[in-house]
Amino acid sequence: MALIICAAFVFGLTALCVLLWTLSSGQYDDLQGDAERILIDDDGPDPD
Amino acid sequence: MGALTLPEARLNGHDDLSRFVRKDAGESKFGIAVRGAHCANCIAKIESGVRAIQGVANARLNLSTGRLEVGWHDDAVLPALVIARVRALGYDAQPFDAAQARDADRSEQTFLLRCIAVAGFGTVFVMGLTDAIWYGGTDMSGATRALFFWLAGAVSIPVTLYASQPFFRSALKSLVKRQTNMDIPISLAIILSLGLSLSQTMVRGTQVYFDAAVMLAFLLLIGRYLDFLLRDRARSAARHLLAMQAAPVRRFKQNGNLETIAAREIEPGDRVFLTSGERVPADGTLEDKDSLVDVSLVTGETEPVAVVRGGPLHAGTIILGKPITLAVTARVENSLVADLARLLEAGQQTRSLYVRLADRAARAYVPFVTGLAALVFTSWLFLGTSFVAALTGAVTVLVITCPCALGLAVPAVQIVATGRLFLRGVFVKSGDALERLAEIDVAVFDKTGTLTWGTPKLVNGDEIPKDALDAAASLARASQHPLARALAAFAGEGPVARGIHETAGAGLETDVGGVRLKLGSARWCGIDVAGGGSELWFRAGGDAPVRLRFRDTLRPDAARMLDALRARGIAVEMLTGDREGSAAEVAGEAGITEWQAVVDPKAKAARMQALRAQGRRTLMVGDGLNDAAALALAHVSIAPGTAVDVSQLAADMVLRGDSLMPIVEAVDVSRKAKSLVLENFGLATIYNLIAIPVAVIGLVSPLIAAASMAASSLVVTLNALRVAGGVET
Repeated sequence: MALIICAAFVFGLTALCVLLWTLSSGQYDDLQGDAERILIDDDGPDPD
Repeated sequence: MGALTLPEARLNGHDDLSRFVRKDAGESKFGIAVRGAHCANCIAKIESGVRAIQGVANARLNLSTGRLEVGWHDDAVLPALVIARVRALGYDAQPFDAAQARDADRSEQTFLLRCIAVAGFGTVFVMGLTDAIWYGGTDMSGATRALFFWLAGAVSIPVTLYASQPFFRSALKSLVKRQTNMDIPISLAIILSLGLSLSQTMVRGTQVYFDAAVMLAFLLLIGRYLDFLLRDRARSAARHLLAMQAAPVRRFKQNGNLETIAAREIEPGDRVFLTSGERVPADGTLEDKDSLVDVSLVTGETEPVAVVRGGPLHAGTIILGKPITLAVTARVENSLVADLARLLEAGQQTRSLYVRLADRAARAYVPFVTGLAALVFTSWLFLGTSFVAALTGAVTVLVITCPCALGLAVPAVQIVATGRLFLRGVFVKSGDALERLAEIDVAVFDKTGTLTWGTPKLVNGDEIPKDALDAAASLARASQHPLARALAAFAGEGPVARGIHETAGAGLETDVGGVRLKLGSARWCGIDVAGGGSELWFRAGGDAPVRLRFRDTLRPDAARMLDALRARGIAVEMLTGDREGSAAEVAGEAGITEWQAVVDPKAKAARMQALRAQGRRTLMVGDGLNDAAALALAHVSIAPGTAVDVSQLAADMVLRGDSLMPIVEAVDVSRKAKSLVLENFGLATIYNLIAIPVAVIGLVSPLIAAASMAASSLVVTLNALRVAGGVET
């Protein structure tokens, strides 16, 4: 049982850390833009 | 609000914008405020267009904030080229002033999200443990139960203390100011329930409610975040507008060359170069020959004003005709517009005194709730129950009465309402603007650019002989004068006469095949009539002069909108800086009986204060620089999307299209939202009327209290969604 509790705690903590990382790396800064970007057709020549 | 002037400098590739570029270890970063980008197409167009400039390493447009970040190595790219490219693509662009580009609010939002994430994790984990205890009950040995409690405590105490920081901070802040707010009972409930649970765990008691504390924090944080989103929308719009104002101007250097600086860097004694269509950034005098200026933004007067050499040029006016040199006499913050800015600030202060509905409720609620909890605690002790039981009773009361209806349902109603209005073309900048709009009983409108289109149109074009019209238009196409442009617009594309000479304040003339063609004022054409309204005269040689009449016409739905407002019990007034004649004409057409003409910005602001003193709640709708102070002083204000930036900044709501009918819709939605908020307060009161007595007698545990509080939040949130539908338009 100790194993299960520890596993639950570690899994939960991992998920929390991942979420905090996405926050700090700015993945929620432009939700509107990200929603629109999905529509950009990038099959053409690479703009870079 | 230093830089209130908005010179829309026509940048070319040679302007030096290097002071807008942030340098960091060989990397150059340049922020641009872009206006007009709304979709994936715009993103792709702008980003690939900018990346195509040689040397640009990366370009990314944030659609939510309208900010384009461009990066390059060392000095590979001229920043002005980037701006020019974005403008060439058809978007309005200004360099983001590095000083304005602070992102303090962003970090507050991230912090709130962090708190929600932490509290969410804690809620799930702790509930997993405690549910096992509540439901596993008898099967569990005392030692296991103690272990579970310790585990729950070990997680929930740090988690809750971390996640509740927003409440603690705000409670402390208001205590220091000797005020009360909702966060005081919230903080008390959280701290007391944690403390009680910890001490109970230590003595192996049963009154352990770690889960209630975490869940309380989690649910309240969600409401707090919704509220923040609403306010942030307003702030980011304001930040963007401020950036738009940090527009560059061109100054003469000692050697006669031009350099580009930010408007707020202008010093008295500087000489600034302004071309046709640019806005005067600071007060000064004209160094060149006579010029014509458009003062409509400052005074509301539709007719251009002639300025002679050495005459004063006020900040905010727009140059018409040839490029000029301005000898600056005052810094930007000491210029005429600065007067307006001060009025504006005064207005914003009076507005910040407005007490939001939720806070008004809090004033009555907080002493009641905390008092009740204290009463429960002392009376239970007095009646002989144990200290722990008495404290549990008090905590239960605090938790069950937790103001979730206020903390969650009010922002929920406002989010839904502003979302709905956004779809209909009204951008609401703050949630309490909706509360204020619901209360109005008088609406004051500006004339030029608000009820009317703001640009003159030729009204008797059909009565004028075709050849005279064509000849007049060939002269008019050479001028920047608003009436000349209106004539040119009416006539459409065509030739421009040669050898045109323009005399500021009088008119245009040229020789075509030995015939003298004149277009301008009556006196210019040698006619002696009393000039009324906006008109131009055209005369070819000795022929009979032709009179061209112009008028700023009413927007098509203006009268319908005013009728709809009156039908809702709102009185309508018009205040304009324009002259009596044109004001009377528009008022008659729109059916307005209450109006004043020749009103300057200060008088407009004074009218707002007079209405306030009468106890009336005013809606101000206006677009010009001359309306900005009145917009800020009114109970609530709306600016059309064509309004100058300062007015959009000062107003609570901005219309996106040309139509005025969304004003009526905004009033309807705000009234509906208000009634829903009151309904929610009613629901919360009923809930409390039932829950509080039960809690006071001690029939529920803090856990059930937390659960029922969550249920009541759900009910009011669902009720909030009703604002999305069912409003008559």
